[in-house]
Amino acid sequence: MASTSSAVGNGSPAVKWLLRVVVIGYLFLLVAWPTAYVVRHTFDDGLTGLRTALSDPDVVHALVLTVQVSVAAVVINTLFGVGMSLLLVRHRFVGRRALSALIDLPLSVSPVVVGLALVLVYNGRFGWFGPWLEAHGLQIVFARPGMILATCFVILPLVVREVVPVLEELGDDQEQAARSLGANAWQTFWRITLPGVRWAVVYGVVLSLARALGEFGAIKVVAGNVGGETQVATVLVQQKYQNFEQQTAYSMAFLLVFAAVLCLVVVALLRPKEGHR
Amino acid sequence: MSATSAPAALRGRVTRRRRPAAAGTLGTGSALGLGIAMTWFSLLVLIPLSAVVVKATGGGLSTFVDVLDNPQTRNALQLTVLSSLAITALNVVMGTVIAWVLVRDRFWGKAVLDLVIDIPFALPTIVAGLVLLALYGPSSPLGIHVNNTRWAVLLAMAFVTLPFIVRTVQPVLEELDTDVEDAAASLGAGRATTFRRVVLPALVPAICAGAALSFARGISEYGALVLISGNLANRTEVVSVRLFSFLEGGNTQSAAAVATIMLLVALVAIVVLDVVQRRVSHRG
Repeated sequence: MASTSSAVGNGSPAVKWLLRVVVIGYLFLLVAWPTAYVVRHTFDDGLTGLRTALSDPDVVHALVLTVQVSVAAVVINTLFGVGMSLLLVRHRFVGRRALSALIDLPLSVSPVVVGLALVLVYNGRFGWFGPWLEAHGLQIVFARPGMILATCFVILPLVVREVVPVLEELGDDQEQAARSLGANAWQTFWRITLPGVRWAVVYGVVLSLARALGEFGAIKVVAGNVGGETQVATVLVQQKYQNFEQQTAYSMAFLLVFAAVLCLVVVALLRPKEGHR
Repeated sequence: MSATSAPAALRGRVTRRRRPAAAGTLGTGSALGLGIAMTWFSLLVLIPLSAVVVKATGGGLSTFVDVLDNPQTRNALQLTVLSSLAITALNVVMGTVIAWVLVRDRFWGKAVLDLVIDIPFALPTIVAGLVLLALYGPSSPLGIHVNNTRWAVLLAMAFVTLPFIVRTVQPVLEELDTDVEDAAASLGAGRATTFRRVVLPALVPAICAGAALSFARGISEYGALVLISGNLANRTEVVSVRLFSFLEGGNTQSAAAVATIMLLVALVAIVVLDVVQRRVSHRG
């Protein structure tokens, strides 16, 4: 927080200014300017572009589908994430360390590989489990369950990695006290553990929501080319751009940028609270 | 806490402090919970990834030989790995410099800069591609047209991997005690020497962790590249695009082989950087 004076930090003003200019220039050219440019481009003709885009039923359908799939995946992943964090931190079992390392695996897997992996297992024709599941009336690939699975895969580590450090920091003194006073496991969890990690859970949820809304590669593979039925917002952005409907593509991109930046701002606003608590 | 909006996935690796919690053995409820969690994890991640490897190795080594024998696939692999290496090298330098400025310098608007770093994380990859295309594409207001060239691949990779090293180095730099630097300086070490001998060794583990993530992300990127690179065979086609076209053509065997190679390359990078990281921290 308090950036202290140091031998290097207080170095010659020339070096300091050089570093400052290099950093600001790099970030401006690589991130800030392009992002701002798209936002401005969207409003070239005022709100017309956005209004035209939103009157396109395909666009509305894609946006609604994106939200539905993302919310479903985030809910599932939050339940999994909180439970998994509790198990990893509060319990000792064989393979705990290996499991902890494996949870990070999805961060290093290409979205297209994620899609391929799910198709190989859940495809209705040649997948490992797909034919059996389809015989029992559950189609996964080329349908919503597959899209939710793909999203869950890519956001898997986000909640766990937020909650685990906080749980470790917290220790289990209070939980033991609660238990020794006669609270059962549920009461301990609801009254003691969950309030302690609630901000970590909120960050995890916001970060995974941002990631889920923007997932592209994995969903594109799993959703296939079933017309507009399984087309999410990001896939439609690509299609609109390639069909030379650039204004619509930019308008949708703006909506997605807006959602992403909103998530970031929420996280940035929430974070300091925990520091002061 | 100026800079903590990076996912803990990144921070946790380097700064995690383990407090030995009283070890609870598994009760009935927890064992059930573990069972459910493991089933979900297996169905979602472990079994599908194994399916990729099984599919690829099912045809023996010849599948891999066939895939690598195809010059288009080989070029795609080469372009992806080399570009990702170059961008990781760039990130090692720029990421450390950015983290340094964010922690040690103070100026108006620094908080905005901090937020800008996270944009590539939060932005959908396809939108990232579109955003870069708007400024550096065919209708660039700057007159810089990188679309359909290899520069586009580098630009898109630099965009999506920007936060990794910044966000791993930043917390370490914040924790770093400046007394040691002052001591080194008072003993006559120049600024460059102090940085090289005192600050840098403390940062190397964090830089390595960030570099591993950055490289893995670079070779696996798809969405940000698909619009801006033009996907020209043998020139700007990256391996994930190649993988996608195998999939569209229904050639799952080759797709699985390429996917396995990608997983292996990422694994090797992570292991190598982990070894480097351990070496350095043992010596230091």
